[in-house]
Amino acid sequence: MTETLLEIDGLSVDYETERGDLKALRDISFDVRKGEIVGIVGESGCGKSTLISSILRLTAPNTRFRQGEVRFKGQNLLQATERQMRDLRGDDISIVFQDPMQTHNPVLSVGQQMVDIQHRSSASKAEKRAKAAKMLGAVGIPDPEARLSQFPHEFSGGMRQRIAIAMALMSEPDLLIADEPTTALDATLEVQIIERLRELQREMHCAVLFISHHLGVIAELCDRVVVMYAGAVVESGDVREIFHNPKHPYTRRLIECDPGHIKTRARVLPTIPGEVPDLANLPGGCIFRDRCDQAMDRCAQEVPPLERLGEGHLAACWLNHEEVSA
Amino acid sequence: MTDATIEKPRSELGIILTGVARNPLGLMGLIIVGAIVFSAIFAAWIVPYDPIAMNIQDRMQGPSASHWLGTDQLGRDTLSRVIMGGQVALKVALPAVFGAMVIGLTLGMIAGYGPKWLDNMLMLLFDTIRSFPTVMFALAVVALVGPSLQTVVFVVMATSIPTYGRVARTQTLTLRNSEFILAERSMGASMARILGVHMLPNIIGVLAVLAAMDIPTVIALEAGLSFLGLGVKPPTPSWGALLKDGYALIRQTPWLVVGGGLPIIIATLGFTFLGESLRDVVDPKLRKNR
Repeated sequence: MTETLLEIDGLSVDYETERGDLKALRDISFDVRKGEIVGIVGESGCGKSTLISSILRLTAPNTRFRQGEVRFKGQNLLQATERQMRDLRGDDISIVFQDPMQTHNPVLSVGQQMVDIQHRSSASKAEKRAKAAKMLGAVGIPDPEARLSQFPHEFSGGMRQRIAIAMALMSEPDLLIADEPTTALDATLEVQIIERLRELQREMHCAVLFISHHLGVIAELCDRVVVMYAGAVVESGDVREIFHNPKHPYTRRLIECDPGHIKTRARVLPTIPGEVPDLANLPGGCIFRDRCDQAMDRCAQEVPPLERLGEGHLAACWLNHEEVSA
Repeated sequence: MTDATIEKPRSELGIILTGVARNPLGLMGLIIVGAIVFSAIFAAWIVPYDPIAMNIQDRMQGPSASHWLGTDQLGRDTLSRVIMGGQVALKVALPAVFGAMVIGLTLGMIAGYGPKWLDNMLMLLFDTIRSFPTVMFALAVVALVGPSLQTVVFVVMATSIPTYGRVARTQTLTLRNSEFILAERSMGASMARILGVHMLPNIIGVLAVLAAMDIPTVIALEAGLSFLGLGVKPPTPSWGALLKDGYALIRQTPWLVVGGGLPIIIATLGFTFLGESLRDVVDPKLRKNR
């Protein structure tokens, strides 16, 4: 359990644009241990997708890695060759994408695609097909043998996401990245997919990096949570600790905004006023200052460091320093 | 790629052909194209007379029981020449279209997936070729190497490569940024695998339809070049050459113009019908019979 699988260490990533460098990720650090489920939460545009593409090194051409390392089993992926990366992808690290309607090749049958992704194996086509059918069965698709010859458009969204999960888990990866895998699905399906994912994760003992903006799912599934805001980690720690004792105002507001947490009927759902700051032109001090209702003078001058507050609980807010010093 | 046939009772080609035949226009196209291909393959056995044998006694005869489509100014049987002309037309159209498709597809995919400078270079090449009017280009080539079947094939192929190349490039560019290609890349697929296994099947259908629709254009082009005397050499029968002879003697032997012109019209319509119904069938999303 304690062995570290993935370490993100001080990672800073910029996008070069005409307006100047867009600081998409700034000094991100966290790690994922073997067999653990780590959730990443944050609103749109907070750098979740940049983070994933940085781990897989499938970034846009204007991406610049400024600082830091991404270590997988001790190897710095930012310095690995293209060949080494390709060997890792889909073998040691796999990924499930957000929109199941887009992630399958429309003109190849599901069976053809599932056989094709086993291109590293030397097994015969019949064996690969049998394995594909077994995986489809494992993710809960009835009559998998017959469905292998069907095309993606003949499956529903939930089915397709199950297929995507089956494909991602086929190589028995050490790390599964799930990029908002349930966002495009309805609530009933979401629960089914999450439960299936957890069952399979227990069976295979793979680590999962689960990206979502749905706090309920994160709370349900994950061991630890990393809260991101505008390209930086603002709080991270054990899932119970974060949800019961959030130390950063952003986390607190995020939990308040989750419809699952609202007890009384309100005409207007709570929101966090304001917008994410312009990443190309970052203000000094704390990045959440403009939207924070507890902002102090200090927040405008200095960037709060990510401070260790308890057993594995980190937060970047000056409020916690007040508490400590008081 | 063939593994999908294990549980499938019908082959991919069978499904496509059934699909085409269900559409009345498609069925008509299929019959016309079938008849043309059949008569072209077995031309040597079904022609009533030797198409290049002259018979001065019977020259410029109208349609009769012995010569269904009459004879020309040298007494050659028009029907035999029409049938042999069909063979020549396909001998030009099929290799030219197939060659242009394969080369255009390869270059187009390279342009779409490769680096920007290569894309720009290939596009410049395509635009350069396209800026020549086909007939002018043909004139220049014929002046250099002389008229022959191979020259026509080469000219047609060279001038239609950019069309296929551009379509393949556009398709590749669209696919390149699609999420399923990103998914394949994140599953560790190599560039060759992405292009060959995942992109090719997505592009080939579109190009096949384009090719089917292009065949009549090529047949008309060959006829046009032969009409201008730039195509196949005189004794060899060709629809275009037939038209040319008939045009010169239109008052004396109008059946020659009909014999040269009608097959061009029918072949053009047949291949167009086939191409159009093929387009509706090759897209798996539009298949209704499953």
